[in-house]
Amino acid sequence: MATRSNILVCGGTGCLASESDKVIKNLELIIKARGYENEARVIRTGCFGFCEKGPIVKIEPDNVFYVMVGPKDAKDIVDEHIIKGRTVDRLLYREPKANEIINRQEDMPFYKKQLRVALRNCGLINPEDILEYIAFGGYEALGKALTSMTRDQVVDEVKRSGLRGRGGGGFPTGIKWEVTKKQDDNEKFIICNADEGDPGAFMDRSILEGDPHSVIEAMAIGGYAIGASKGIIYIRAEYPLAISRLNTALNQAREQGLLGKNIFGSDFSFDINIKYGAGAFVCGEETALINSCTGKRGEPNYKPPYPAEKGYWGHPTCVNNVETFANIPQIITRGADWFASIGTEKSKGTKVFALAGKVKNVGLVEVPMGITFREIIFDIGGGIQGGRKFKAVQTGGPSGGVITEQYLDTPIDYDSLISIGSMMGSGGMIVMDETDNMVKIAKFYLEFTMDESCGRCTPCRIGTKRMYEILDKITSGKGTMADIDALKQLAYMVKGSSLCGLGQTAPNPVISTLKHFWEEYMAFIKDVDNPRGEGRHIAKNKIKFATEK
Amino acid sequence: MTKPHEIDVYEPVEGELPKEKFDELEAFINSLESTDGALIEILHKAQNLFGYLPRDVQLFVARKLGIPGAEVFGVVSFYSYFTTEPRGKHTISVCMGTACFVRGSDKILEKLKEKLQVQVNEITEDGLFTLKDIRCVGACGLAPVIMIDDKVYGRVKEEELDGILDTYR
Amino acid sequence: MSIKSMDELRKIREEHQNKVNLRQSGNNQEDRIEILIGMATCGISSGARETLNAFVEEIGKQGLNNAKVITVGCIGYCHSEPTVQVNMPGQKPVLYGTVKKDKVPDIVNKHIIGGQPVENLILKVDFERA
Repeated sequence: MATRSNILVCGGTGCLASESDKVIKNLELIIKARGYENEARVIRTGCFGFCEKGPIVKIEPDNVFYVMVGPKDAKDIVDEHIIKGRTVDRLLYREPKANEIINRQEDMPFYKKQLRVALRNCGLINPEDILEYIAFGGYEALGKALTSMTRDQVVDEVKRSGLRGRGGGGFPTGIKWEVTKKQDDNEKFIICNADEGDPGAFMDRSILEGDPHSVIEAMAIGGYAIGASKGIIYIRAEYPLAISRLNTALNQAREQGLLGKNIFGSDFSFDINIKYGAGAFVCGEETALINSCTGKRGEPNYKPPYPAEKGYWGHPTCVNNVETFANIPQIITRGADWFASIGTEKSKGTKVFALAGKVKNVGLVEVPMGITFREIIFDIGGGIQGGRKFKAVQTGGPSGGVITEQYLDTPIDYDSLISIGSMMGSGGMIVMDETDNMVKIAKFYLEFTMDESCGRCTPCRIGTKRMYEILDKITSGKGTMADIDALKQLAYMVKGSSLCGLGQTAPNPVISTLKHFWEEYMAFIKDVDNPRGEGRHIAKNKIKFATEK
Repeated sequence: MTKPHEIDVYEPVEGELPKEKFDELEAFINSLESTDGALIEILHKAQNLFGYLPRDVQLFVARKLGIPGAEVFGVVSFYSYFTTEPRGKHTISVCMGTACFVRGSDKILEKLKEKLQVQVNEITEDGLFTLKDIRCVGACGLAPVIMIDDKVYGRVKEEELDGILDTYR
Repeated sequence: MSIKSMDELRKIREEHQNKVNLRQSGNNQEDRIEILIGMATCGISSGARETLNAFVEEIGKQGLNNAKVITVGCIGYCHSEPTVQVNMPGQKPVLYGTVKKDKVPDIVNKHIIGGQPVENLILKVDFERA
């Protein structure tokens, strides 16, 4: 039954240590004593990430935030706030400097966790008006590069910034540029990978729709650095609005002489063409993407040779992702040191995440590397919908793995994610709650990779299909322990013997759910009484799945 | 850069494919500076014109470019955006991205199959709708999402489906 | 027109500096009001176009010649689309969420004409722009 107010009390370790359990108990007792059980409900939540001021109590929907609430304060919260609708001023958070009373969570300085570098202009400028982009400092980086920097200096600046590829792999962008620059060939290409295929990630679309010039400017800078006079944007045909805004932006840039011959009076000439994808996830892989640009089936090639050596029509080619490019102008204008001051030791700058799934504030967030999952999901994302319990979060899309509650405080960067069995990927972050069944999630991802496998490597083409069949058998309740063994074996085989990233990572969702949610697999297995059935008792207590409600 | 070979293109056999569209496609191909690497672009154009890529259209493109029909079919069958079957008047695309999936798009798809009496990629008996499942339209904030032609419907509930479908009937 | 040097680029930038000031801090000498509407795919499918039309209509009806409606990209608050930012001279920009077309007259009358932001629609900005 829906109640008028929810009283969220932090049940995180920090708050429990400061007696939040007693606060909960008192709140419940008093609400009952006043006969308000149907009006207000006490909910124990995960950590708000503000442990130093704990215990934390938040009243919804009023969105009032109380700090350092003791068991004795429960009476005032119920009598004053819940019954009379007046906030209890003495429990409100005070900003240390101004000593100002702040009662809404979002006003607290602590909560300004986002820093927008790649998305800096999104929602602020008219994407169809180049003059607005220029007004906000646009094309200054290109001007600076062309009029006052050598090609080596540009490469060096990007290298020193520590920027790594935002499309998934995390390869250092500066090194990619350097290698392409070194190639001896008078025709080179720079390609923007806008074939955003990870289901659940949409930051590239958002950048292209909201700030297309930042990508165009960055491609020109990259073209200058590596010595390419032609750029290609490879974009999904499913993004009609992004395509139309890109075309408008390209035309305006040409009109202003910011694309074309002798840009900024230099001897550098550069222009960009658009090529359309046609719906193939594997084309996010750079060699597959290059094949698709030449009008062929988008199958990956064996590397080496790397595209930097032999790419588009056999020429040195540098492929970078949309979000990677969107960072470049800021690195050039504000300098590598500024960029490198954001983030962690090995992952610099910010990352855009598409926060979706069972989280309250679904949306795009851009945060410095090194932030924790808890901060993103609970502070920025507002926690789980409907007061349910967090179960897991999937990063890296179909190539990634699930991350469970024990890792919520892991600082996010490329390397830490790999160490906990997932990966950065392009930045999809799908939150799952206690009602989601993880075996079905694994099956969902495998269905995706099975569909999208290009078919070139047998282990991937057939292996993903067999794995899907096994998962289907398991989820329909017909699976046996032998199936689990086969599933594991196949997973490692596909991972180890595929050519490109799609096959190498396709089993990840299965491997990580097997590791973290073994009991959910066991609940489906029929011969679980077999001696190896570690999940026997769980199978007996039937797990309820929301998907079957 | 080479121009396409001048090859006699045989008259399309299927009566229902209008000649003007073939002419328009031919004009488009002729207008390209070079056809090297342009196959996907040409197929996009062809699908825009005809609504789908039947055998005759694929062969037409192959002959026009001087490449084997198998190569054209290889590309058409590789990419999910290309279709070799005619489509209904309206295309209903159910987003099966992860965000939509965890918010129940699979149930929406099942309901639509039931209501329209079709499977995925099939056309309804009255020729009005084609049902498709697609990968992420990038509107994850509105999950679950369905798209009818270019219009996006967000936060769709099963009980709203009839109302939405009726506006196209 | 073609930009051939950094000076020419900076000149254009200066000519449009007013817009930057207005959008970032509200410090602006001109009597210009801006209404930024988030028109990316999510926004449009949540009704941003209808909202935009309603603004144009309402502004016309009220004869607010100094108010301009501008389409921008998305700010990432998918949970509260359509989003609208109102920039008034001398006021900090205000961001509104879930602005369906029926909310438009309220914003125009109370905020743009009356100078009082519509409190219950305000979204808190939890990010900084680099």
